[in-house]
Amino acid sequence: MVSLIAKHALSGQAPLALQDLHFQIEDLGPITSIAPFNGQESALNAVLEAGHGLRFPVPNTSTQQAVAKLLWSGRGQAFLVGVAPDARLAAHAAVTDQSDGWVTLGLEGARAEAVLARLVAVDLRLTACPVGASLRAQVQHIPALIHRAAPQVFHIMVMRSFGQSAWHEVSEAMRGVAAR
Amino acid sequence: MRVVNKGQIDRSRPIGFSFDGRNHVGFAGDTLASALLANGQRLVGRSFKYHRPRGLWSAGSEEPNALVTARQIPNQRATMLELYDGLAAESQNRWPSLRWDVLSINDAFAPFLGAGFYYKTFMWPRAFWEGLYEPLIRRAAGLGKLPRSHDTGRYEKAYAFCDLLVVGAGPAGLMAALVAGRAGANVIVADEDARMGGRLNAETIQIDGQPGDQWAAGILAELASLPNVRLMPRTTVTGAYDGGTYGALERVGHHVAAPGADLPLECFWRIVARRCILAAGAIERGIAFANNDRPGIMAASAVRAYLNRWGVAAGRSVAVWGNNDDAWRTAQDLAAAGVRVAAMLDSRADPARAKGPHDFPVFTGTQVVGSRGRHGLEGLQIRDPKGTRMLACDCLAVSGGWNPTLHLSCHMNDRPVWREDIAGFVPKPGAVPGMSVVGAANGTMDTTACLAEGARAAQDCLKDLGMAGVDVDLPQADDGRFDISPLWVVAGQGRAWLDFQNDVTVKDVQQAARENFASVEHMKRYTTQGMAPDQGKNSNMAALAVLADATGRGIPETGTTTYRPPFVPVAIAAMGAGGRGKGFAPERFMTSHLPTVERGAPMIEAGLWYRPSYFPRPGETTWQQSCDREVRAVRTAVGVADVSTLGKIDIQGPDAAAFLDFVYINRFSTLKPGRVRYGLMLREDGHVLDDGTTARLAPDHFVMTTTTAAAGLVMRHLEFVHQALCPQFDVRFISVTEQWAQFAIAGPKSRDLLNSLLETPLSESAFGFMHCGEVRLPGLTARLFRISFSGEHAYELAVPARYGEALFRDLCARAETMGGCAYGMEALNVLRIEKGFITHAEIHGRVTAFDIGLQGLMAQKDCIGRAAAQRPGLLGAEREQMVGLMPVDPLQAISAGAFVFAQGASAQRDNAQGYVTSVCWSVTLSSHLGLGFLRDGRARYGQELRLVDHLCGVDTVVRVVDPVFFDKEGTRARG
Repeated sequence: MVSLIAKHALSGQAPLALQDLHFQIEDLGPITSIAPFNGQESALNAVLEAGHGLRFPVPNTSTQQAVAKLLWSGRGQAFLVGVAPDARLAAHAAVTDQSDGWVTLGLEGARAEAVLARLVAVDLRLTACPVGASLRAQVQHIPALIHRAAPQVFHIMVMRSFGQSAWHEVSEAMRGVAAR
Repeated sequence: MRVVNKGQIDRSRPIGFSFDGRNHVGFAGDTLASALLANGQRLVGRSFKYHRPRGLWSAGSEEPNALVTARQIPNQRATMLELYDGLAAESQNRWPSLRWDVLSINDAFAPFLGAGFYYKTFMWPRAFWEGLYEPLIRRAAGLGKLPRSHDTGRYEKAYAFCDLLVVGAGPAGLMAALVAGRAGANVIVADEDARMGGRLNAETIQIDGQPGDQWAAGILAELASLPNVRLMPRTTVTGAYDGGTYGALERVGHHVAAPGADLPLECFWRIVARRCILAAGAIERGIAFANNDRPGIMAASAVRAYLNRWGVAAGRSVAVWGNNDDAWRTAQDLAAAGVRVAAMLDSRADPARAKGPHDFPVFTGTQVVGSRGRHGLEGLQIRDPKGTRMLACDCLAVSGGWNPTLHLSCHMNDRPVWREDIAGFVPKPGAVPGMSVVGAANGTMDTTACLAEGARAAQDCLKDLGMAGVDVDLPQADDGRFDISPLWVVAGQGRAWLDFQNDVTVKDVQQAARENFASVEHMKRYTTQGMAPDQGKNSNMAALAVLADATGRGIPETGTTTYRPPFVPVAIAAMGAGGRGKGFAPERFMTSHLPTVERGAPMIEAGLWYRPSYFPRPGETTWQQSCDREVRAVRTAVGVADVSTLGKIDIQGPDAAAFLDFVYINRFSTLKPGRVRYGLMLREDGHVLDDGTTARLAPDHFVMTTTTAAAGLVMRHLEFVHQALCPQFDVRFISVTEQWAQFAIAGPKSRDLLNSLLETPLSESAFGFMHCGEVRLPGLTARLFRISFSGEHAYELAVPARYGEALFRDLCARAETMGGCAYGMEALNVLRIEKGFITHAEIHGRVTAFDIGLQGLMAQKDCIGRAAAQRPGLLGAEREQMVGLMPVDPLQAISAGAFVFAQGASAQRDNAQGYVTSVCWSVTLSSHLGLGFLRDGRARYGQELRLVDHLCGVDTVVRVVDPVFFDKEGTRARG
């Protein structure tokens, strides 16, 4: 019997480059939500350190070790991206596979901040949103997790079904900014 | 006409434009207003009500007269419209032409059309108001016309954040920005002009021995070089809101000759500032006298601005008239530029400023009492102690003093305070939290003091922000004093105009007072003074001075009307930017979207999701045919439906079962791992919130499903319950709706279909009804749930979403091979109605578990809504209970929304005994079916009732039956 073909929510979507702005689909690898159980934070951190070299992030931040990142994603919750989770984590936290539930869009450029300022009502200046910041906000009407991966690089994570709308919103905002 | 060697325009770059079809040439740096004036076009518009010929009054955003239409956008102020190549502007509110306007006849009827005339005139007959009078009045009076076509212009909205927002880039604002910028604060400077510098661009003031505009350019260059300072020209701050939020409108594409499809015309900003300095300057006001609205009568400051900034003389022979020293600068500048000054008129008896010598005739103690010239000023009637005489001139520059531009300071409801020495209102300190007001906006009328005030306010802000201040040398300006002796109105015959934009005269305001509309707010509404696009910027002060005089009160006691946002008109398109087309709401697509659309399925919206209505096949001409086929396929073979849109919530933790026991009315702690149970949850008020199945994957691991509609609501509810009511529970939950693509496989052949796909086939004993577990598909692990929303032997198969599309295509192909098909929402609805399963059509927020016959699920334990559900009135015969309804004639369609009455009773509200929530044509039972609610319904099976839908014209007899129409024993699902 033949196996099923995997397909991305934005399959076939070509990157969009406008002047210095670049917009594309990112592949972060596995995404796993980790929500520590009551009183398990330090035990969880021990496993995170041992397994991934990471600590559980405080709100609106992330921690990183090579390709592995732990992005704060909500109250008492973070997304482990880039690596498969250490099996021992499940003893201390609710561990849920979210790899297929999210679409990550990468926006890069000196004016990436200006583009997102058209869509996101949160202060994204470097002073308020430094590299590594990871925050929940809406992109226009779409709930998103926004991660600043580098001074001029944002990763915008939205739920899979919103992928096309999110692409549309960001690319429209890009066009407006680029046209100035 | 142009004046040589004056102005900041670029004469090497001529720009062609047209006004009412006539071609003209201006220069780069011109506004439409300055270019029209340079081309001798004095008549620029017709007034709102009387269609009086009007010319430019001002040079700024307060312009009341020069409203034009360009690029199909009406009511653009010519003073703010920068000239671009090919600009084609049209005047408004005239027919057939600006010069010969038929409706100027209105002016002849002015005695009958005064304030409140329509309140009095069009009272009878009452019904005529809406149908006849109002449309007529609206047609006769007016501003520009909106185009009939859709606005295809692009608009944008954006958010910005800063430590300090400086509103206005005149001398005070620039100093404030310089101090804060040098100190390293994050500064946004917003100015509505294309060229920053404020009055410095329009005056001949010297700062530190440098022309003012050059000094401003130097400061701006430094600010532009600072990475922490953002200059936003063409940006009007329109409103002050809570939490240091300011609205601002940026004109982005209006001035660009070929903006292209992507350039926004405007951008509406929401700026969040920790502190704000309002340095918006002041607006010069006129003095009301008879026929003071003729083209050629302008604000003195505007005459200077046109001369100094744009190199345009507003007339060949200009008279200047004022009640303050500032007005004299006009005569001086004009004379120095070689423009003939007909006279300098000062209403004050013996002002110090009049001491000569002067290059022009000077008359003190003089008032202008009248004017002549229909389409443009030809002469003035002036009166001094010696008598009245004529003065020939084609332009009058008037200054009645200055009104500080304090509007933003009043947006949080504080009223300004009166300052006698400048005869004007100034902002109340602290009126808007975090905002300080400086410069002319604060009533400071000399430039040196403005510069110092701006710098000082910035230092104070820095201190508030916890930042170190910087030392800045305070520049010195050479302008003099501003001595004013108030003069609002010159008594005399003829109409003296206050509000040019809404055609309100001194007499109108006096009449309002006489008719006891004596409060300033009442006067405003009675006369419409201050209501037009300029919101009374030009007329408010004079109008309330007239009102104060007419009512015998002082100006401070009379007070001002409320200033509300926006400060300038904002296009709805700008405020709603991003909401057009696909921006209106996001679209959520299932993994099966593409194959579904490829099969020609019409999509319907379910929340933000798009789901297939039905899957048409060749030869099927109506949806009913497709639906019937799909229902038959499920009942006789197998059907496939994407049910991924249902909410899926992953619930884990040692207290997960206890938590579910608390949110559901029935018990989940007793559910075995590998089993699924139907659950019903209530709101705290005891009414049904949602229903669905929850599977126990492991002892402390559940997956809850919710309805599509209530997925977000249930998630929010769970968060609330956990955070607020049982935070001690060690439980965590997260949505996995998007992680899993889930498909219903329903029908007698569903297991056969599955077994053709699974690595290890299922046996009946191993995977019974309401079982769940992991199964292996080629290359991946899936979740399988034996649940049924159709009443058939059915499964739901869930795979990671990346495989969703492939699995759907595969399932459809297998189903079709087996004589089945994909089915859509219509068939899904029929299948569930036949089985009496509820959706949110039934659990619409006003029903209880008792009403839907599920009271028996309520276990002996505490749960959300339990106590409230036991309240008297929520249980018993008085309740409308869910029933099935079958028309006595099975082919007679019934409608959802219909009401049910006793036979013979008249179909009116107070006789209603129940209502219908869902209906369908059941191809299985060859009858129309309905679900509904009927008072004491469960005791009334077998009764025949009258069903009436006045909207759809249905009036028929239905029989009350058990809501489970089909397979009451449930053997098909279990079999």
